[in-house]
Amino acid sequence: MISYALFGVLALVAIAPIAVALSASPNAISVVYGACLIVTLILFLLALETLFSHPAASTVTLPLGLPWLGAHFRIDPLSAFFLVTVNLGGAAASLFALGYGRHEEAPQRVLPFFPVYLAAMNLVVLADDAFTFLVSWEFMSLSSWALVIANHRVQENMRAGYVYLLMASFGTLTLLLAFGLLGGGDGAYAFDAIRAAHPEIGTAALVLILALIGAGSKAGLVPLHAWLPLAHPAAPSHVSALMSGVMTKVAVYGFIRITFDLLGSPQWWWSLVVLGVGGVTAVMGVLYALMQSDLKRVLAYSTIENIGLIFASLGLALAFKAYGMDAAAALALTAALLHVFNHALFKSLLFFGAGSVRAATGTRDMEQLGGLIHRMPQTAFVFLVGCTAISALPPLNGFVSEWLSFQAILLSPQLPSWGLKLMVPAVGALLALSAALAGACFVRAFGITFLGRPRSSAAETAQETDTNSLAAMYALAAACLIAGVLPGLFIDTLAPVVQQLTGGRLPVQTGAEWMSIVPIAESRSSYTGMLVFAFMFITGMITAFAIHRLASDKIRRGPAWGCGYPDASPLTQYSASSFAQPIRRVFGSLVFRAREIGEMPPPGSSAPAKLTVQVRDLIWDALYAPIATAVGFIAVRLNYLQFLTIRSYLTLVFAALVILLMVLATWP
Amino acid sequence: MAVITDFAQQSAQMLLVLLMAPLLTGFVRKVKARLLSRQGPPLLQPYRDLIRLLRKDVVLANNASWLFRVIPYLVFAATWVAVSLVPTFRSGLLFSWTADLIAIIAVLGSARFFLALAGMDAGTSFGGIGSSREVMIASLAEPAMLMIVFAIALIAGSTQLSTMSAFMNSADVGLRVSLGLALIALIIVAVAENARIPVDNPATHLELTMVHEAMVLEYSGRHLALIELAASLKLLLYVSLIACLFAPWGISPAIAAPTLLLVGAAAYIGKIAALGFLLAVFETSIAKMRVFRVPEFLGAALMLALLATLLRFVSRSF
Repeated sequence: MISYALFGVLALVAIAPIAVALSASPNAISVVYGACLIVTLILFLLALETLFSHPAASTVTLPLGLPWLGAHFRIDPLSAFFLVTVNLGGAAASLFALGYGRHEEAPQRVLPFFPVYLAAMNLVVLADDAFTFLVSWEFMSLSSWALVIANHRVQENMRAGYVYLLMASFGTLTLLLAFGLLGGGDGAYAFDAIRAAHPEIGTAALVLILALIGAGSKAGLVPLHAWLPLAHPAAPSHVSALMSGVMTKVAVYGFIRITFDLLGSPQWWWSLVVLGVGGVTAVMGVLYALMQSDLKRVLAYSTIENIGLIFASLGLALAFKAYGMDAAAALALTAALLHVFNHALFKSLLFFGAGSVRAATGTRDMEQLGGLIHRMPQTAFVFLVGCTAISALPPLNGFVSEWLSFQAILLSPQLPSWGLKLMVPAVGALLALSAALAGACFVRAFGITFLGRPRSSAAETAQETDTNSLAAMYALAAACLIAGVLPGLFIDTLAPVVQQLTGGRLPVQTGAEWMSIVPIAESRSSYTGMLVFAFMFITGMITAFAIHRLASDKIRRGPAWGCGYPDASPLTQYSASSFAQPIRRVFGSLVFRAREIGEMPPPGSSAPAKLTVQVRDLIWDALYAPIATAVGFIAVRLNYLQFLTIRSYLTLVFAALVILLMVLATWP
Repeated sequence: MAVITDFAQQSAQMLLVLLMAPLLTGFVRKVKARLLSRQGPPLLQPYRDLIRLLRKDVVLANNASWLFRVIPYLVFAATWVAVSLVPTFRSGLLFSWTADLIAIIAVLGSARFFLALAGMDAGTSFGGIGSSREVMIASLAEPAMLMIVFAIALIAGSTQLSTMSAFMNSADVGLRVSLGLALIALIIVAVAENARIPVDNPATHLELTMVHEAMVLEYSGRHLALIELAASLKLLLYVSLIACLFAPWGISPAIAAPTLLLVGAAAYIGKIAALGFLLAVFETSIAKMRVFRVPEFLGAALMLALLATLLRFVSRSF
């Protein structure tokens, strides 16, 4: 199995030189994305087969990399599940790009890196030793960085790429240290050796923190998220979808692999850290999202929120695992993994929608959009499905994972530790708050972009997007619905993964009546997505039919009523920022120090009134700005070293040598 | 045979709530009017309004999209399904396991999500102001509601409404601090969710403080009838929820003689009337709040509910 997967990865890498060779040809886009689509689909089916048949883990060692180590690869249920997610996202993005790629200004800057990026993400999930893992991880970072700055003439993109590169290097550094600690002095970097050696409590704690920083910075945990809302929107939309929907999940994989698999049995207080960071990330992410008017940036911040949700569930799973409550740990971990899968579906869908809007109107600024439901009805429909799913509304899939998380929280009073007894309800409240705010965020995103009247001539004359793009979006929307109405199937598929990591599993779901899901017992809680969907659909249909037959089905068109005030200009509509104003006032005055300053002209003057809104990013101001200032300060001081004479340099080199030798001599 | 009677009782519940919802709205209006020494509209006026609206043509705004025409049916269907799953006269109905209380709240959330979208569809500033304020209120009311569910679910050991209501009817409940806090929070959330005074005024138009009515301003004819009916159903849902959790007396168990069912139905109607009366008294004795006082009001509910949940985590006896 593993060798087939590696051949797939090799095929993806091989597409890159073809893309370079073809770059001048007009067929390059179809060839490259078509090939990517086929390979990722094969890899997807392969991984799915592994997940269903769950044979023993298959491994292979290639004579690459470190001479005494070789490159280890392995496929087990956990990596098979993440392979499914990665390649499903990759296949959808390739299909979308078959159409969307034609709107690209410089396709030759995107084409060679796209298959490499896909290959790198696959490799991270397959790697079975620290060296291969880190090389693939860095490979993934660099190829995505190249894609972020594909449109390099835009100054903003270059800045995004710069910040991304810095944060990615920092994240890899912490992971390097984490693996260094895990591998120990002997350099036992194969995951099998790491698993066999149980680190001491202190070392394990340090590894956990380093892994949380390293994987968390890639996934977008607050406060390490600063690069994400810059880099994800800067890339072409199909790459944004991959970065947000898939790459953040690869980071989650890294965290799960280290904490649940390699580190051995967890301590209870680890979960405290993960839960806290997850809960805060969820709320901060969605609050940031509500303040943005760039559609893709809204989606990027919403990714941060969902990552927070996933980490909160992971924290809960760690807590249960630490106390040996296997069934509860299985429930929390299932919730996290299901959300990983669900988020990959709907976030890719939403980024595709945003890309289609960008291609049709030339802008991502919601203040310039509006009324697109008339011009792009199909895109509007699938985007609406995505918005409903991500807002955790039944009967779609986002609700299922959210519901499972809440059920896991309801099991946690049995946890004996006091810290957790106080932490879990607080995190529960944060998750509930973030779910409600996500609803508000996506009412705003859909309502301002697609509803109302067009706010610019570009929005007025937009055209529906092409069939390939629509096919990709419809496929993902259908997947969202299926995962929402038949969640039992997906939970059962996850069972081997959960069993591998926690030792427990949920009861078999597929046998339940009407495909309902029952995490513990029916008298305790159950949810039947299919019946909720069927009831809503049938009652809605019957009502519509009855009313049209028995009462009236006539429709007249007229100008909007609006309480009798004619407002001719579309500028009198609510805009993205005015829609968020009540929430900005309620939450933002605390979190962002949001201030509104109104300047009224004196009576009699015909000067316009002015409203200025100040929103501060406190995390940037408190964490990143001081570091940037310090680095700048040191750089200016060190600049002095650049203009020394050759004699001074020789003296410096000599002094350094002497100091090093002295340190070595006195080393115990 | 058992399936057929179960099915009949589930259908009876669906019809009962559909028929009672406008009556409750009419009853609350009537009591409010009497408390203000007015005659008030007849008790059956909401039915007449609905029938008249159903017969009228729909006037759509020029800019209204297909979504605008679908949403009334969607909102109505979601609300009706949600209220059908709340135990009224009998617990453990045929489909009661379809959705637990968290899912019922989320189904109502779906209805609100789409209604807020409808407010933005016509492209008027009134619709926008309504939707924008509605999501602000929801962003506090929904977490508060979830924390209330958590608190009660932790006491009852279940999120399944039938089980919860049966537990609350048993002797194991006792007087608990967390239940008291949850009840106060639930009342605040119910008032806010149903756009009642002091959060919103269901009887007003042309006022900058209106929320729900501004959002549905562009609706007319049968669409408006469905939205009004859905609003009545939602009020009935919250009143039934309070009744089945905090006054579960008389609810007939899953397998019961017909007389018990009749007792259950009578008890239910009595409870709804009593709670409707209390709502009217509450509404007449309090003034409408400024919009930006509402977050503080709902924040209090959120804190009370969080406190109730926290108490349950700290000790099993609270």
